[in-house]
Amino acid sequence: MLRRTIAQLTVVLFSLTALTTATVHATDETPDGLIKRVSAEVLDNIKSDKSVQAGDMTKVMALVDSQIMPNVSFTRMTASAVGRSWRQATPEQQKRLQDEFKTLLIRTYSGALAQVKDQTINIKPLRAAATDTEVTVRTEVMGRGEPIQLDYRLEKVAKGWKIYDLNVLGVWLVETYRGQFAQEINAKGIDGLISSLAERNKSNAAKKS
Amino acid sequence: MSSLTSTPRLLGLAAFSLVMALLQGCATGPNANPADPLEPLNRTVFSVNDGLDRAIFKPVATAYNEITPSPVRTGVSNFFGNIADAWSVVNNALQLKPKETIETGMRVAVNTVFGFAGVLDIGSEMRLARNKQDFGQTLGYWGVGSGAYVVLPFFGPSSVRDSVGTVVDSNFDLVSNIKNVPTRNSLVGARVVDKRTEFLDATNALDQAALDKYSFVRDLYLQRRAVSIGKETTDKEERFDLPAPPVK
Repeated sequence: MLRRTIAQLTVVLFSLTALTTATVHATDETPDGLIKRVSAEVLDNIKSDKSVQAGDMTKVMALVDSQIMPNVSFTRMTASAVGRSWRQATPEQQKRLQDEFKTLLIRTYSGALAQVKDQTINIKPLRAAATDTEVTVRTEVMGRGEPIQLDYRLEKVAKGWKIYDLNVLGVWLVETYRGQFAQEINAKGIDGLISSLAERNKSNAAKKS
Repeated sequence: MSSLTSTPRLLGLAAFSLVMALLQGCATGPNANPADPLEPLNRTVFSVNDGLDRAIFKPVATAYNEITPSPVRTGVSNFFGNIADAWSVVNNALQLKPKETIETGMRVAVNTVFGFAGVLDIGSEMRLARNKQDFGQTLGYWGVGSGAYVVLPFFGPSSVRDSVGTVVDSNFDLVSNIKNVPTRNSLVGARVVDKRTEFLDATNALDQAALDKYSFVRDLYLQRRAVSIGKETTDKEERFDLPAPPVK
């Protein structure tokens, strides 16, 4: 019982912090502070919006674009997954790679949104020096059963901190896709990778509806 | 079902695949992953497993998931989880981890005695963490390298080392050691269904996430396994979104 009360209190605290900090994203926000704020905002939004939970893609995309993407270095993330060939890609190809990769990730993760109910995020103490420009923020999603490990890598840019990789249960997202992407590029070039991604997204969309 | 799930038979199959794998040697293409020299054979086994899964295991797990009330499923998971935890205690001890050994040991004791042979997971309520360890991880802890990536028939992703681990795990598995054959076979079958049900959402997501399911599963497995043995790479990677550094 005590656990439940603590969990509820934590949610209230999270929402309060979200309210007070949402308007003023000071540039001196700490990386763990950013993760705390964004997770709270996103969790609140999912909990209050049934259509997001049901996997309404337009709604999910809007949520991701407005609340998550401003805090992500998605160019760095995609470049890191594509690897060496990123530099040979034209700006047009780079843009398409980012768009398709983003859609793929959102579609994959949107299935998990339906399971968001009474989870809270527990942020572990940050182990980093004040001068660090790249840090790892470790968190746990507390729900029923085992806590789920969820870590983020963040880099310091001119306007505060941005996420450039995330780790679910010990597996880094970018590293997981690096092999997939390299395989496609080796076999069919950058345009081949773009069309494979587009094809996967199209068949995923067809399966949903 | 019973012939499929009898452990000695499966181990025979696993051993057979290993021998086949070794016979096949280094049949590698130009873009091969150095951790996966047996890729052509692995791909074949993977697609057989995948076919079996689509035809039998996934439909059975889906039906079980829909028909059985959730508290019953949780009870079944807890029961098999408790049996697995008992073996984790041994492996934590073999890895000289006193805190994990005691914690998981307490968990098994509490769940077995007060949780009706593990059906209720009181240990989790008491915040006794489940420190999962198998024999492959114990071998890894003592410095045995993982060797090539191997896809075992039925068991799925593994490595040369972890295949040995799986054989040892099965030998000490409480369920496979039950003398009464019908009881043993039903329990082994129930456990397979329980495990598959646990991963229903994950495999659905996997189908959507992967460009090539085979290499996606392999890369996930290798990464996760390395982390669980404490061999995470922390190398600084090159920033490909920035211009190339001048060559010195």
